[in-house]
Amino acid sequence: MTKEVTLTIDGKEVSVPAGSLVVDAAKKAGIDIPVFCYHPKMEPVGMCRQCLVEIGRPAFDRATGEAVLEEDGSPKINWGWKLETSCTNPVSDGMVVKTQSEKAVKGQNDMLEFQLTSHPLDCPVCDKGGECLLQDLTLAHGSAESRFSFDEKRHAEKKVALSDDIWLDRERCIQCGRCVRFQSEVVGEAVLGFEERGSHTQIMTTSDPGFDSNFSGNTTDICPVGALTTAQFRFGARPWEMEATASICGECPVGCNTVLNTRRDVKSGGKIVVKRVMPRQNEAVNETWLCDKGRFANHNTDNRLLAPSTEWTDAIASAAQKLSAADEPVFVVDGSLSNEDLYNIKSLADEVGAKALCYSEAGGGALTTKSASYGKSGAGDAILVIGGNLYAEAPIFWLRAKQAVERGAKLIVATEAETRLDAFATTVVRDLKKGLEVAEEIFAKAENTVVLYSGDDALAQFCAALNPTSLIGVWEDANTQGAWEMGYEAVSDLSALKGKTVYVAGKSSLVAAALESAEFTVIQASEEANLVVGQTVSIMETSESVCVMLPSRTIAESDGTFTSAERRVQRFFSAVLPMGDSLPGYVITAQIAEKMGVTLDIDAEDIFSAFSDLSYADLANISVEESLLIGGTCYENEQGLGVMLPAKA
Amino acid sequence: MFYMLLRHRDIENLNQIDTFLKEDGFEGFKKALKMDTTDVTNEVKEAGLRGRGGAGFPAGVKWSFMDNNNWPHYVVANADESEPGTFKDREIMESNPFQFLEGLAIASYAVGANAAYIYLRGEFWEVAHFLDEKIEEMEKAGFLGDNIQGTDYSLNIYTHLGAGAYICGEETALLESMEGKRGQPRVRPPFPPSQGLYDKPTVVNNVETLTSVPYIINKGADGYRKFGTEKSPGTKIFSLSGNVNKPGNYELPLGSTFRELIFEHGGGIPDGKSIKAIMPAGASSSMVVANDEALDTQLTYEDVPNVGGDLGSASVIVVDDSISLDWLINKTMDFFHHESCGKCTPCREGSYWMKKLTERIHSGEGTEEDVALLKDVATQVRGKTLCALGEFSTMAVVTSIERFPEDFAK
Ligand SMILES: Cc1cc2nc3c(=O)[nH]c(=O)nc-3n(C[C@H](O)[C@H](O)[C@H](O)COP(=O)(O)O)c2cc1C
Ligand code: SF4
Ligand code: SF4
Ligand code: SF4
Ligand code: FES
Repeated sequence: MTKEVTLTIDGKEVSVPAGSLVVDAAKKAGIDIPVFCYHPKMEPVGMCRQCLVEIGRPAFDRATGEAVLEEDGSPKINWGWKLETSCTNPVSDGMVVKTQSEKAVKGQNDMLEFQLTSHPLDCPVCDKGGECLLQDLTLAHGSAESRFSFDEKRHAEKKVALSDDIWLDRERCIQCGRCVRFQSEVVGEAVLGFEERGSHTQIMTTSDPGFDSNFSGNTTDICPVGALTTAQFRFGARPWEMEATASICGECPVGCNTVLNTRRDVKSGGKIVVKRVMPRQNEAVNETWLCDKGRFANHNTDNRLLAPSTEWTDAIASAAQKLSAADEPVFVVDGSLSNEDLYNIKSLADEVGAKALCYSEAGGGALTTKSASYGKSGAGDAILVIGGNLYAEAPIFWLRAKQAVERGAKLIVATEAETRLDAFATTVVRDLKKGLEVAEEIFAKAENTVVLYSGDDALAQFCAALNPTSLIGVWEDANTQGAWEMGYEAVSDLSALKGKTVYVAGKSSLVAAALESAEFTVIQASEEANLVVGQTVSIMETSESVCVMLPSRTIAESDGTFTSAERRVQRFFSAVLPMGDSLPGYVITAQIAEKMGVTLDIDAEDIFSAFSDLSYADLANISVEESLLIGGTCYENEQGLGVMLPAKA
Repeated sequence: MFYMLLRHRDIENLNQIDTFLKEDGFEGFKKALKMDTTDVTNEVKEAGLRGRGGAGFPAGVKWSFMDNNNWPHYVVANADESEPGTFKDREIMESNPFQFLEGLAIASYAVGANAAYIYLRGEFWEVAHFLDEKIEEMEKAGFLGDNIQGTDYSLNIYTHLGAGAYICGEETALLESMEGKRGQPRVRPPFPPSQGLYDKPTVVNNVETLTSVPYIINKGADGYRKFGTEKSPGTKIFSLSGNVNKPGNYELPLGSTFRELIFEHGGGIPDGKSIKAIMPAGASSSMVVANDEALDTQLTYEDVPNVGGDLGSASVIVVDDSISLDWLINKTMDFFHHESCGKCTPCREGSYWMKKLTERIHSGEGTEEDVALLKDVATQVRGKTLCALGEFSTMAVVTSIERFPEDFAK
């Protein structure tokens, strides 16, 4: 237990853990001290001077060490002549802080005036407008008139492409250094820096190609002004025009919590579309970060299967009839489906005594279903990353491995090729076998042990033999783990489909493979219709005899849950209207099942409760969240943190 | 004149090791090596030696703050000497280098540092090369390296060149620069004696401070206190410049007066003009009105504030009555705007704003409101910057407007 310290802020008594900063203690008391450079995820630097407050400390007698008392018996407080930065001063017992005194407010307003001298204040065309710290403060406290001569404003480049994804407006930059520090402190890829000094200070990228990092988008969130913007969202919408819906990233098995910001869009023919993806705070998963793969994933693809090959009822009937008629139908899915979709398909397969297969290049799924959380490993723990390229495959897992090392964990990287994790590893080996040996040795002395593997069943077996606390398969898809938890059988090649009647549900690559091998294919698919359409066009004339196509929905259009690779079950909500005549996957399956005489649920929540000990209400739990975030945008998590499945013996 | 620091002015070739050795060279270091390290520190404490870099912090007290639970320790000599009007450390290093190195060695011994660094401004590259030679000679003479003078104490001294930024004279910016980072100040606390170079306990002392140390060890605190005043003991080098007949470095006991320095030693004001103002601490100074009271004020850390200034690094700039201060503060603002590191808002933006205002005022286009605004902006910067540079930038501005309103009433 850390010691608690009690202090008074604006007359309110607050108790916070020793070592807390005044700014955070104030936040806990419900007092927002304005900040620019401070960000709770990074070391304070006291640069912007915006958070100035009056700080008084109890006086002590030098000789006796006793507290000095006023005549009325209250402790005497020493006030310095200077205001102090609340982001750099740790709390101490008996401290008295004034954030709203005349002097403090004057100091804060003074800083704001300095900040605005050369700021363009082009809020009307600024992406940040509406969620900008500088704009908010200016509206609240700024003077209506500038004492600074307009002609003497400094000008700077407004359109600097730091990379294909990130734009910099140097005129809007307030030199808070958050972006620079995020890259060097949090990510460990110091590809941003300052050049020049004084009033010429500018942000620059030091890498070639520019801003070479898979986490670059986060800097646009933490930039307190509109200096850093994404190419994707730039001039795309005003923040207040958008709806925010909680979702889960579908690009990899980490399961980052996201918010989908949506708006009706002229350019998209008046449809409601996803304008941007923002991180939603979940300290156990992604904190407040997203990788660029997840953030910039395209949610508005036009390559969609919009309607079934015939009328819905006919298509369903035809699918049911073909499946009933088949001797040994095969049900095959991949990890892109939700748990609700997976469960209905699995239930139907079980009812008709058919095989339920989940396609995955990585093996060993069944071995991973007992595992404990990857968690916040630290001193005494050890992590083995083996076989893959975590940086590209599951970037936030990469970040967490790097952070674990900083907390004192040992990290073994065993991959054939060099990876961006090597730099942080305790041990790097370029041979998997050797890696397992090294891990065995290090694990023997470690407390919690984690294996993150990308590879086949054999590799999984070897990793499981290390008996780690947490065995994590770095799957290709977001919900592959969900399939293993449900008892799907793993397949890594699709020869089993040859000549069969197949019910395939998943990504286009899986569908294409099924079409190639199967005698008859029931296709339940949503996006990346490219391949499907391509294939479909060529077989259109005979389509009735070869396949029936049933359009399902994307994550953004659906309600459901995913189970992340570390077995956290998390909920996502439909954010946009479904495209075309698509239906939720689990409804399609239930309708086919009905025609086959099998009754399945058609409500996501009911389906979830049918297979899980948990309920949607459990997933909505947010009680453990410590939300001390200041600045940035859209971090709040009001929709739930999900639930880690318990480790099994 | 008695020289404790500029001894080369009495002794020819003092920068040659043979001469230095003949002139009691390294006697202080030898004596220190036989003492307990805490006794060395205590001697310096008792001598009351105050830091010559500007802040006047007692050197011995600083040494005693070194965190003994965190090792290794470092000592860094601040040879950045960038304050406009300051040119004393250069003379020491060029002409009396061994006494400085000896002081650095004693300080290192006192705090248990086995590595000491000399951080020189980039323009001092010739001085750095010269010091490198002197360090080598000192090592050859057995006063550096392993097991110095048969003791188990070892020390190496290295020079390190900056890139010529004023801010790198500020001790934490200096340390950042030494670590290969951007030369920008750190938030303090922690102060260098708890977390300095590479986060290790570090003493940063000015060249002149360190050069005073051998005398203290040789003659004891009492011997040292024969010079100067109770609160400002010892001698001090005054870099005298500006409108004065004989600019240059003058080593005088602390407690001498402005009048003595400027008129006796500096030969007074040229061309029959009269003295108008004094900047006692270079460009960072307040503008002191050069009346009789000021001229008779003693040059000590405690007395100069009585006439609205600070002793600082004692780089005394004399301003005669031909100078209009609107011009002068435009010069200082040009300097501070150029040298502001840009890390903190009030200094980065304030220095730019003040520079623009002083330009306007000096060009004759300024209004009364502009003068009032300038003073207001300067006041607004005060007490809010991350390091003292921002504070320094306002000193001459505010005091010139306050004390010489006629220069701004145009
Ligand atoms: C902007 C700025 C510039 C400084 N420049 C120098 C300098 O050039 N040389 C120096 O010795 N101290 C300089 N200082 C003071 C140092 O920060 C530090 O106080 C000093 O080196 C400590 O040594 P001392 O105690 O021996 O004086 C400067 C301080 C500031 C704020
Ligand atoms: S770009 Fe944004 S985050 Fe980076 S320094 Fe400028 S204002 Fe701060
Ligand atoms: S780490 Fe994975 S889940 Fe998280 S944002 Fe990136 S792709 Fe999405
Ligand atoms: S006061 Fe000036 S020099 Fe000092 S940190 Fe701030 S910007 Fe840099
Ligand atoms: S100085 Fe505290 S928030 Fe920037």
